[in-house]
This record gives sequence, C-alpha cells and structure tokens, in this order.
Amino acid sequence: MPTLTRQVSRGETGWEETGGKPGLLGYLRTGMMPHLWCPGCGHGIIMGAFLRAFDRLGWDQDETIIVSGIGCSSRVTGYLDFDTLHTTHGRALAFATGVKLANPKLNVIVLAGDGDLAAIGGNHLIHAARRNINITTICFNNNIYGMTSGQFSPVSPTGSWATTTPYGSIDRPFDLCELVRAAGGTYVARGTAYHVRSLTGLIEKALKHKGFSFVEALSQCPTYFGRRNQLHNAVDMLLWQKEHAVNVRAATRMDPEDLRDKILIGELYRSEAPEYTEEYARIREQVRQKAREGDLVQ
Amino acid sequence: MAQVKKKQGKVPGIFINRRWCKRCGICVELCPKKVFTTDTLGNPVVKRPESCVWCELCELRCPDLALKLEGE
Repeated sequence: MPTLTRQVSRGETGWEETGGKPGLLGYLRTGMMPHLWCPGCGHGIIMGAFLRAFDRLGWDQDETIIVSGIGCSSRVTGYLDFDTLHTTHGRALAFATGVKLANPKLNVIVLAGDGDLAAIGGNHLIHAARRNINITTICFNNNIYGMTSGQFSPVSPTGSWATTTPYGSIDRPFDLCELVRAAGGTYVARGTAYHVRSLTGLIEKALKHKGFSFVEALSQCPTYFGRRNQLHNAVDMLLWQKEHAVNVRAATRMDPEDLRDKILIGELYRSEAPEYTEEYARIREQVRQKAREGDLVQ
Repeated sequence: MAQVKKKQGKVPGIFINRRWCKRCGICVELCPKKVFTTDTLGNPVVKRPESCVWCELCELRCPDLALKLEGE
C-alpha cells in the first residue's frame, strides 16, 4: 500500500512561543488551526474528546477514514489529519457505507451534525443502523443549523426559539438514541460537552464496538441557539447541560417525576447482532463455492 | 480522585496558545479552583497555578485545544 503524504503544516502553530507541547498535535492539520467554530462552540470539545479516545486505542491514522457531511460540525474533517471525506449534505453515512464495503479492514468513522443525520440524512441513519454495519457515528448535536444562521432542526426542543421559529417551536423533537436503537443499532450512547471525560470513554467504547455504534454528543451553540434561548454564553450552556443531564444508572433509582425535563447520558443500549460486511463476505464465499462446484443457477 | 490527590502540592505548567484561543471564558469560569483570571481584553491568564489540583478539566473542555497542562 502506498503511504499517503500528509498535509504539511503551514506556518507556525503558536505552540512554539508557549513552550508547551500538546499531545494531540499529531492528529491535527495544524496549518488549518485555529478552527472556524465560534468562540465557545462545543464542537471543538467533542473533537478533542474523539481525538483522545482515538489516541487511547492507538489505532493507525492511515487505516482510519473519517467521513462528514455538510454543516458546522462537518468542518471537522478539514482539521483532522486522517484520510477524510467531506461529502454532500446528509450523505455522510451513505459514503461511509460504500467505503466500509469496499474495504472492510478500514476503521470508518462518521462525524456529522444533527441536521445532517436527523433531517436530510435521516433515511441513511436508520438504514445504516438496520444493517448493523461496523461504522462508528458521532452526532454533534447542537439543536440548530448553525452554519446557515440558526434554523431549527428536528432535535430542537419544543418551545425553543430559532430564526425560523420566532414564536417558539411547536415541533416535537426526535430522540436520536431511541431512533437508532429502534432501527437496529447495536451500541447507543449519549454524552455532553460538559461531561467530557465520560464522553471520551463512551466514544472509545463505541469505536471498539463491532456493529453500528452511535454516540449522540450534546454540543452548545452560543451564537445561534444560546443567544435566542436565554443562555447567553458558552458557560451558561455548559452549566445547563450539567443541570439537565442524568446518568442512566443514577436514573434507575430516581423518581420519574424528577426525570421529566432531564436528559439521560451514558451507555443507553448495547447488544450483539450479525455485522453487515461479515455477512456480505460470507454470502460471497457461498456463491463462489457454488460456482466452483458448478451448481450455480444462472 | 486518587490521581488528583497524588499530584497535589505540585505546580503544573499551564500553557495557553494565544493564536488558537478565542477567549470564550470556559476555562476561567469552569475551573473548580479559580486558577485563571482574565486580562482587560478577556484573555485567560494563569493567576494561581499553585491552587491547581490537576483535574485537567480546562484542557479537556477547551474548545480550541489551546490549553495544555504539563509536568510530572
């Protein structure tokens, strides 16, 4: 296999003058930093959590493909020094399925936003989950379409304010974790940018899991969601996550009345099921065997 | 917790990359020991490194990956 030439960093990173040496620099295209996300945007926290989880596993960057769609969060592929695909809106999972089937040895990771996965790519999400293909999907859920100036998304909570819901949203939001679980995903977890240590562990488990694994990472958008919803800055939004998130194990001992406006975090579901690329290899081998024996019905 | 206790008493090197930092204030506000303060422009400044308990939450929660704790 030819080694792909990595993008050489352009210019200095700013770390030289501090004297510090961050451990994650090897995973970043430092010439592209600082990233374009707004000050306080949670996507950077989730990107850091993902990189730390990946670092713990010690996987090879050249054996890993990161696929993203369109949106604020999908800019992540531009900053990560892996083999990356920046695809069309909502189709990240469709491209990722193709990559995985073409070469099942690769680690395929999809990093996409809530608009990408829940709205325009909703079908791809449920069908990737149904097939249980070995792809890890991390949903950067900031409850809004940040890149196009703050339209409400299918996961914006009822009553939330956005550019396109000037009197509050009347839509009921998706519970993406329940959706993926019902569609057949075999690892489902939820974390928040505030609980970043727990999120890193969940992402690590999701990466190791064989089958379709889904991590919903709650992010904060202080520029569009927070500003219109009485959460004035990133710190307020992170503290909101702190107050509203309840670990799923603690929730089993809590009164359902107290859990009404809470968000469950942690590992929500895990199971075993036949993996798609393995099943595909098996059926191919069966057909070849039949062809060799000469009893293949044309 | 054990890790935090073991490191108590030692002062870490706290490095902030000024080119990457966007002055969001997360490290300043969410530090449990109030190690940081801001200058007049809103830049985070390490004021009390000796009270740091090495929880690393500032490094983990920095959205710009612009903060790094170093030391033993």
